[in-house]
Amino acid sequence: MKAPISWIKEYVDVPADVTTDEITRRLTMTGLKLEAIDSPGAQITGPLVIGRVLTMEPEPQKNGKVINWCTVDVGDANGTGQPQGIVCGAHNFAPGDLVVVILPGGVLPGNFAISERKTYGHLSAGMICSTSELGLPEDDDGIIVLPSDAGEPGQDVRSVLGLDEEIIEFEVNPDRAYGLSLRGIARDLAVSVEGATNFRDPAIRDTPAANDQGHPVVLEDTVGCPVFVARKVTGFDPSAPTPSYISQRLVAAGMRSISLAVDITNYVMLETGRPIHGYDADKLRGAIVVRRARAGETLTTLDGTDRTLSTEDLVVTDDSGIIGLGGVMGGETTEMGESTTSILVESAHWDAVSMFRTGKRHKISSEAGKRNERGVDPTICEAAADRVVELLVAHGGASADPGVTVVGTPPEAPVITVSGDKAALVSGMEISEETAVEALRAVGCDVTGSGTLTVVPPPWRPDLTDAQDTTEEVIRLVGYDKVPSVLPIPPAGRGLTRAQQLRRRFGRAAAAEGFTEIVTFPFVGESDFDALGIPTDDVRRNALRLANPLSNEAPLMTTTVLVGLLRAAARNVGYGASSFGLFETATVTLPTGGVAPILPVDARPSKEEFAALDAALPRQPLHIALVGVGEADASGWWGEGRGVTWADAVEAVRAVADSVGLSVTTRGVEMAPWHPGRCAELSVAGEVVGHAGELHPKVCTALGLPRGSVAAEADLDVLIEHAVHLRPAPTFSTQPLAKEDVALVVDETVAAADVEAALRSGAGDVLESIRLFDVYTGQQVGAGKKSLAFALRFRADDRTLTEKDTSAFRDAAVAAAVAKVGAVQR
Amino acid sequence: MSGPNNDYDPVEVTPLKAEELEAARDAALVAVAAAQDLDELKQARLEHAGDRSPLALANREIGALPPQARKEAGQRIGQARGAVNKAIAERQAVLEVEHEERMLLTETVDVTLPTARRRRGSRHPLTLQSELIADIFVAMGWEIAEGPLVEAEWLNFDALNLGPDHPARTMQDTFWTEPAENHVVLRTQTSPVQARTMLTRKPPIYIACPGRVFRTDEYDATHSPMFHQVEGLVVDKGISMAHLKGALDHFATRMFGEGVDTRFRPSYFPFTEPSAEVDLRCFVCLGENSEECRTCRGEGWIEWGGCGVVNPRVLIACGVDPEVYSGFAFGMGIDRSFMFRHNLEDLRPLFEGDVRFASAFGTEI
Repeated sequence: MKAPISWIKEYVDVPADVTTDEITRRLTMTGLKLEAIDSPGAQITGPLVIGRVLTMEPEPQKNGKVINWCTVDVGDANGTGQPQGIVCGAHNFAPGDLVVVILPGGVLPGNFAISERKTYGHLSAGMICSTSELGLPEDDDGIIVLPSDAGEPGQDVRSVLGLDEEIIEFEVNPDRAYGLSLRGIARDLAVSVEGATNFRDPAIRDTPAANDQGHPVVLEDTVGCPVFVARKVTGFDPSAPTPSYISQRLVAAGMRSISLAVDITNYVMLETGRPIHGYDADKLRGAIVVRRARAGETLTTLDGTDRTLSTEDLVVTDDSGIIGLGGVMGGETTEMGESTTSILVESAHWDAVSMFRTGKRHKISSEAGKRNERGVDPTICEAAADRVVELLVAHGGASADPGVTVVGTPPEAPVITVSGDKAALVSGMEISEETAVEALRAVGCDVTGSGTLTVVPPPWRPDLTDAQDTTEEVIRLVGYDKVPSVLPIPPAGRGLTRAQQLRRRFGRAAAAEGFTEIVTFPFVGESDFDALGIPTDDVRRNALRLANPLSNEAPLMTTTVLVGLLRAAARNVGYGASSFGLFETATVTLPTGGVAPILPVDARPSKEEFAALDAALPRQPLHIALVGVGEADASGWWGEGRGVTWADAVEAVRAVADSVGLSVTTRGVEMAPWHPGRCAELSVAGEVVGHAGELHPKVCTALGLPRGSVAAEADLDVLIEHAVHLRPAPTFSTQPLAKEDVALVVDETVAAADVEAALRSGAGDVLESIRLFDVYTGQQVGAGKKSLAFALRFRADDRTLTEKDTSAFRDAAVAAAVAKVGAVQR
Repeated sequence: MSGPNNDYDPVEVTPLKAEELEAARDAALVAVAAAQDLDELKQARLEHAGDRSPLALANREIGALPPQARKEAGQRIGQARGAVNKAIAERQAVLEVEHEERMLLTETVDVTLPTARRRRGSRHPLTLQSELIADIFVAMGWEIAEGPLVEAEWLNFDALNLGPDHPARTMQDTFWTEPAENHVVLRTQTSPVQARTMLTRKPPIYIACPGRVFRTDEYDATHSPMFHQVEGLVVDKGISMAHLKGALDHFATRMFGEGVDTRFRPSYFPFTEPSAEVDLRCFVCLGENSEECRTCRGEGWIEWGGCGVVNPRVLIACGVDPEVYSGFAFGMGIDRSFMFRHNLEDLRPLFEGDVRFASAFGTEI
């Protein structure tokens, strides 16, 4: 809501020494938040003065234009007192007129700097201005000719044109609907600014009594529309211009000037907060009936949109059918236009919830709807209609019709009971009952009783409905700045949960492995899954769809963290990064749920109801994903680097799992987006947690990653579930170590992990460790075979192992490998 | 041992004259002193103190001397040999030091060579900031609560006094999911976690909920469809706005430093009443001579978040008796806090995944 300060001051007296800053500060502290202070002349600098045109010589030009070579008296404003020579292209003025002159050195809106310049054979020193050049609402395209009593030549013209006006923009919260009117702002100012007095309520006026000569109105739905006032004017001049004070104020308030009749209804809406609708009375057919729409009914609204109505929509009808969407937008058939001479003024009160629903349903956001859905004073329908009639008569040459229709009665204000010390208890500061009563009365409440107060809020405060509302009002008036600071003391806390502690370890482990954490959006599209080569029947294709995505290319909630991660990796490659590792931890969305019930809000839901909410939600496990590109170890003066391999991806997940005491077992599988021969399925405690390996070359190509890039994704919730709680302390034998190395030849298809497991099973308890240290393929072992070299380390708890012991253990290990995986010792 | 030495060869006997002994000793000392490295010293030792050296031979002669002469000769020879051995040992020590110094000198490298063989990983500053915030509240004795990002409409809105016809629902631009009748949304705030907490445990409740939220804001320098919030909720007996102020002042001080407190400005939120916007005293200028301050742009205060006394309607929907308990809640942007804490003008680098961004912050913030 924007309001010129001078307009506000029309309704309240403010001492001259109270600055606009002070006013806005106080209003902000009581609830009307300052958004900005603007001024229509803010973009004009330098000398802008009144000039009197002395001479004016028309000079035809070769291009057909006629320019005027003028001399203008600008008093002493030019420093010489001599007339100023100015070339002007407009003709709507004459010698002797007072005009607006900007002198060299001045700047007009749009950063248009004025200087002396040679043009059309003259030295033109300044410019005679039109409204549009000053950034004011355009009345016509000509030069501004000021009234003859506007002032003396040379005098600054800003105050004459209202350019120095300060316009306050308020942020009006849903509970401050009254702030959408000058009436409400002025009243708040009178209450909250010290020294402000004499609030003059623009909605208090003598209105003619209702009679039966007015336009007939029937209210079929008094909940939706409890009050309807209709007034009529005739003999209106549709060509009458809008007075500049009205158009200037409308523009200052952020609205457009359209036509006198429309401008007046908008003006009164800004003034009183009460939306008004005007009908072309000659287009009305019979009595007005307000009711809910019937199924299938349609209406073409003023904005030219054909709308199919809902049975919840409130409509205004006459014998011709529906003529308006009540309180939201009028219809085309009865629209006021260039030939309208009779106007029916509608000032009606509408149910706020209906207004909200209709506005939302039809996606209509109007100034009227904005007010009606937040709540308007229901007692001022007559006053507002009368004010509109007054202005139509005053500025449009119209006559007021004697008919006055008033149907219905405004809804009763609620009666609130509140304990006199509630404000003190809620705020934690000393607020006496007297202070509370005083504050409530200041905002217009009727307060009776003591100890327990009975409060009836004023009709312009529909937001005050319960004790909490009135309490907030009291605390605001006493001042939020007076609330003391008292640290609350909780019972002993239990610290981070186990899961929260473990989650921190994952990121640290990934960072320690050389990966950098990123955060990306979870929004993806089918094409992202395509790029990853995820088959159409893959479970990861089953993604939650957004009804209103920001982009139609990304309407899904991702099921894999790899999408955003790999996209980011490609961006880094695009920025010139050649070797890097990225990781991200985020929840993924796996649609499993159903309908989440809308529960009542008047009591705690049952355990079953709450469980139903959770059951309806998709599963959202926390994943980690990693990607490695380029070199794992850098090249340098020390020699060649080492390119990242599938093994780095596996090792990174091992490190993450190890951070919570878990070891990972691997198995070769085929899985997108990985290389079919270089993808490891990762398991902990027998449960699959994820996959790691080299990315499929096609995926690298599709995403713009170098071939050989590697990635992994794992479910961290599974790791948390299996995390080792207390790791037992190890015991060490101090007996000597015995080493045995064996090389085994197996088929190339045999997994190293299986060979190792076989050796382990055969070696017995004294095997301390086993490590694969070499893999050889080549002529010496023959085609289709590979040689795996293992270092076995034996140690007994209680004795020194003899050579005989160790060879026996080694032979047993090898025998097991021979038996289980068909190994042959080299 | 005065018996005859049968294997003694009289031809090789060197006279034991005192001056010759001294000459041999002096020659040895000169040779030792002249040795320039350990090899030369070894040579000198073999020559002058070895088995075939004059002093060694002289020593062997002692046995052949008459008993009365042995003592005196033994003393003289012993002193001479002692002097030579001592000189050798000293020289040895000096030369060893010199040798080591030379060796080390030849092993010298250019230590300004780059050393970055393994790349260093980092954590995202928003993660770090969230952990820092969680730690502040844990230190206050509060606990950290969590909830799902894809959330039930009822928990995101209705339970928080944001009924379907509440005008404030349009204040938050919500991502809705399909099908609409499932009533599932991307949470627009971390407040559903507050509702979940009240629904699953009994007061006293002292929790903070840092987390990710979503709104349908177009992505630009100051808006993101996904961002991070931290909300706090306290429900206990006798809780007032003063406690809210106390908790926020403490949070502000722990996060931004001594002297940084907060102020309230009236505002409106459906879940709280009274509601306030909370401003943070500018932690750079502390509100003094703010005109020059780039962080608060001359205001002395920075908009930080929203807060208020929990609306009794919320307590009722979440099964807490408002006649017994009262509470306060607050919420602020983690991303925004990070931005003004670290002078970041444009939020987009937070979500672009450029490795250079998080790398700049390392693993702790």
